[in-house]
Amino acid sequence: MSEKSNGVNPDKDLNAQNLPGMRGDHGDVVATRHGMFGANNGGDTSGYGGLVRTVAMPGAGARPYGGWFDEVADELEGALEEQGLEPGNAIEKTVVDRGELTFHIAREHLLQVAKTLRDDPALRFELCTGVSGVHFPGPESKGRELHAVYHLRSITHNRLIRLDVSAPDSDPHIPSVVPVYPTNDWHERETYDFFGIVFDGHPALTRIMMPDDWQGFPQRKDYPLGGIPVEYKGAQIPAPDQRRSYS
Amino acid sequence: MSTSHATPRETTEGTVYTVTGGDWDEVAQAAAKTDDERIVVNMGPQHPSTHGVLRLILEIDGETVTEARCGIGYLHTGIEKNLEYRNWTQGTTFVTRMDYLTSFYNETGYCLAVEKLLGIEDDIPDRATIIRVLLMELNRLSSHLVCIATGGMELGATTIMIYGFRDREMILDLYELITGLRMNHAYIRPGGLAQDLPPGAVDQVREFVKKMKKNMPEYDKLATGNPVFKARMQGVGHLDLAGCMALGATGPILRSAGLPHDLRKAQPYCGYETYDFEVPTTDTCDSYGRFLVRLEEMRQSLGIIEQCLDRLEPGPVMVGDKKIAWPAQLALGPDGLGNSLDHIKNIMGTSMEALIHHFKLVTEGFRVPPGQVYTAVESPKGELGVHAVSDGGTRPYRVHFRDPSFTNLQAMAAMCEGGQVADVIVAVASIDPVMGGVDR
Repeated sequence: MSEKSNGVNPDKDLNAQNLPGMRGDHGDVVATRHGMFGANNGGDTSGYGGLVRTVAMPGAGARPYGGWFDEVADELEGALEEQGLEPGNAIEKTVVDRGELTFHIAREHLLQVAKTLRDDPALRFELCTGVSGVHFPGPESKGRELHAVYHLRSITHNRLIRLDVSAPDSDPHIPSVVPVYPTNDWHERETYDFFGIVFDGHPALTRIMMPDDWQGFPQRKDYPLGGIPVEYKGAQIPAPDQRRSYS
Repeated sequence: MSTSHATPRETTEGTVYTVTGGDWDEVAQAAAKTDDERIVVNMGPQHPSTHGVLRLILEIDGETVTEARCGIGYLHTGIEKNLEYRNWTQGTTFVTRMDYLTSFYNETGYCLAVEKLLGIEDDIPDRATIIRVLLMELNRLSSHLVCIATGGMELGATTIMIYGFRDREMILDLYELITGLRMNHAYIRPGGLAQDLPPGAVDQVREFVKKMKKNMPEYDKLATGNPVFKARMQGVGHLDLAGCMALGATGPILRSAGLPHDLRKAQPYCGYETYDFEVPTTDTCDSYGRFLVRLEEMRQSLGIIEQCLDRLEPGPVMVGDKKIAWPAQLALGPDGLGNSLDHIKNIMGTSMEALIHHFKLVTEGFRVPPGQVYTAVESPKGELGVHAVSDGGTRPYRVHFRDPSFTNLQAMAAMCEGGQVADVIVAVASIDPVMGGVDR
């Protein structure tokens, strides 16, 4: 199909006038979809086979964030400034989505930000509920394929925030927060085990779930699930990762 | 050479004895011959008092544990990875198997996360939410009963074990009546429930509450004031508030350190702010305190269950949005499986569009807008967190469970080091780890 102009595309021509309405700041694009139903095996008979759409995570929010979110953001930025750190360098962006506040933190400043969040009396996020890895291997996410996501709970102020730290596949290093939150000892080992994120400064970063001599990092998206086809009477069902999917 | 099972082997790290029981004398004699006082004991992964396949590595000096480490991963089943290859609704079938003693918490935590991603939290029918709370509180009872029963057994108190499992059996019968299964229910689904309560369920739950209230004092009589029980538990497995915070311990461990932190009160979900209950605490920081906290939580749960029963009004148990809702008005078919005959009649006989819609919903699933959420529920063991990420597809992009057992088990070393070998068992029992949840 050729790209024929059917008027103004607000997603592509951002300077065009007389638009039906801007769609706002999009977040990180994580995938590109082709066709109508998202099936990647078999033909698309819908007639929309040439359709191309991008999938974007929720984008950076603008002030005011609402509720206590502004207070936490102000306090964090203020506290970082006091320590001589430009907040814009440490906090890459702030996302407010579905009633949750997420700070995207540059990995080199993670330890300092975590310590500030824990120790500042106005922040006091004393409980870390571990780290979860996410892997976006697509070309859209080049340079930020691996994510380490931390959820911090403040029992003092009854709040919960999220820190999202990314690292490229080619250099999967993120500083360990075990010196600040010792509870992350096993959590970081688990994330290392499954995603291959190397948490620098962890006291003993070894595999925790998989056998010590295991090859590869099983929860990366490019690591196959495996499995064998199942034979039924009159039918053979493919392994789960070989079945038709729509996403 | 004797014919014992404990044939010693020489390795680079010293002499290794394999002990299988009944051959302790030989091992003790052999160990006494060596000059080295330092012995490393590998307890598990197959040992009845290690709660499933938990491996404890203890370095002992006489009767004192100088270093304690955990080996886990023996029950890792890759549930989080498997979820990524099933649609969002099928996910409940997997997560219910994580911590198999707290199935309803796994299911609810997961469903709350999916509903938050979909933005339909406010559309969940009241009846579905009340039944979720009812099942969760029944589940708190059954989980604490297992903890108290197996904990008692590990001390040699077999009576309390029999009592605990006797009462848990009544709850499993209720599960079977309501969900069809004693364990691994997959009953709570994104958007509501798989089906409504069967006829007579409310009466049976009421009957159970009455019986359970009568049985509760038996635990007090058997254990709470029992001097032997107290001597084994008091001051054992000590972890104070600072230790809990640093190690991320939540649930009864945190509340035994005196902090009344309970997500049902702090960050209410499923309407917990409208129920009347107390958060029990003790300030002993030890195994005995955790036992008391669990016992009192069971009494509070009985109260919440009664409040749920009083609130139940007839109504739907699944959201109205047909793009998400699976048919939830099921009846028992002659083959013993649940089916909705009206729905089948509609899709097979009347409406072609309904058939197409049903086919797409079941095979393809529904799409969830991109983004990430974190939901947490107060499971009997502590904060059960679910981090769910969607890329806009019909399958979860990533689901991570922050299982409380996993985090709490890290505290084992802090609780056991410097204590006696026999107290390790008591301390681990007071953590109440379930390896299905730890390893996932």
